[in-house]
Amino acid sequence: MGLDFSVIPPFYGTLLLGVLWTIAITAASALLSFFGGILLAVIALYAPAIIRLPVRFIAWLFMGTPLLLQLFLIYFGLVQIGIDLPAFVAGVIGLGFHFAVYNSELIQTAMLAVDKGQMEAARTLGLSRRQALVKVVVPQAVRDVLPPIGNNMIALLKDSALVSVIGVSELTLSAQRAIGQTYRAFEFYAAAAVLYYIINLGMEAVIRWFENRNRLYR
Amino acid sequence: MTETKSFVEIRHAQKSYGTLEVLKDISLNVERGQIVAIIGPSGSGKSTLLRAINDLDPLTGGEVWLDGVQVNKNLPHNQYEKHINQMRQDIGMVFQHFNLFPHLSVRDNVTMAPKLLKKISDKEANKLAEEQLDHVGMLERIDYYPAQLSGGQKQRVAIARALAMKPKLMLFDEATSALDPELVEEVNLVMKKLAQEHMTMIIVTHEMDFAASVCDRVLFMDKGVVVEEGPPEQVFKNPTQERTRNFLRKHLEGAK
Repeated sequence: MGLDFSVIPPFYGTLLLGVLWTIAITAASALLSFFGGILLAVIALYAPAIIRLPVRFIAWLFMGTPLLLQLFLIYFGLVQIGIDLPAFVAGVIGLGFHFAVYNSELIQTAMLAVDKGQMEAARTLGLSRRQALVKVVVPQAVRDVLPPIGNNMIALLKDSALVSVIGVSELTLSAQRAIGQTYRAFEFYAAAAVLYYIINLGMEAVIRWFENRNRLYR
Repeated sequence: MTETKSFVEIRHAQKSYGTLEVLKDISLNVERGQIVAIIGPSGSGKSTLLRAINDLDPLTGGEVWLDGVQVNKNLPHNQYEKHINQMRQDIGMVFQHFNLFPHLSVRDNVTMAPKLLKKISDKEANKLAEEQLDHVGMLERIDYYPAQLSGGQKQRVAIARALAMKPKLMLFDEATSALDPELVEEVNLVMKKLAQEHMTMIIVTHEMDFAASVCDRVLFMDKGVVVEEGPPEQVFKNPTQERTRNFLRKHLEGAK
């Protein structure tokens, strides 16, 4: 049995839907991982131990265990204690928190690297510590680590394929469904690969746009 | 509690890090509109004293008063934070290394604190930024970012940023020490302008000529104490203390 790519066109709709779900779950998880990463970084650096230590422990769990296992635990495990999340939501939480932990490591380092004079200047004007963090320290730290955060976001896009295992009809699962009907694994996985690559290009363009917007300040 | 009489009063300021005493019982009164320079060798405690006035470096003993209100009041933590944030709005500070916010435009550097703390509108904020930047001759650079400015320009923007809060008192912590020699004058001119407008200023500086030309009074500090204090003519021309003479001589040799 040779390769026959003419099996693909009838499944354009299925694949397109998969693309949209992949973009949706990636975008939602990226936002969660970005703002969650900032919050985790601030907690790690400034919160009292009673908040900091439990949060650090959970973060360590997210960092030290496989993402696939985390998704199973959130989607199949939490049901047992009465938390029944839709697959999409479970996927966003899993992916979002997993990458939030990685982002927070970057942001923490960058926050520590922001010159001490910045906090002093802000406090001297009368800003509270919280206002100084929000307006002065965090924005600079985040801008400094946009490129590595961008890399994390691309890793997130690729890892979004994992949520197919909890039944989110994103691109990988869509391809699998098409294969289930046609037994054409190579064609559809190859098509999915091309589509991932195209989404990736779009994402890189978005990241570059963000980075360019911040070029002036250097 | 004793009545305050002067606009700024530092009473028995004392600061130590463990066993190291960097300020030893310093008292200083500054009247409204007066300009006081603090000079002295590095490590003399002059910057520490200046930074104690707005509690950036809290004292371990003594009091700081501004316009009848104690700055370093003894209050529970949360109340103290509110109090000090309020007090700092009245005390402008200019740093050696400018500390402009690099992620904000010149305009936003000036307007950020007034917008946040005084809740002024965007329109008022823009007007304020234009006024203050015009005042320091930086209006043309209003939409630039700090990275696009020279050191002297940065410092002038930093002064405008501090003035935008309409402070009662301005502190200058070696404002020209990090500048290339040819850029010092433009910042000095702005400070002279403020002097003519009767801004109360306390200036830590290494520039004796500037101190002599604008200040009402000069304090010479060494090893955490005020060694000599008086009008600039006296301190610079006829110092009574040996340590002052030594410092001025060394400084003069260094300047040559």
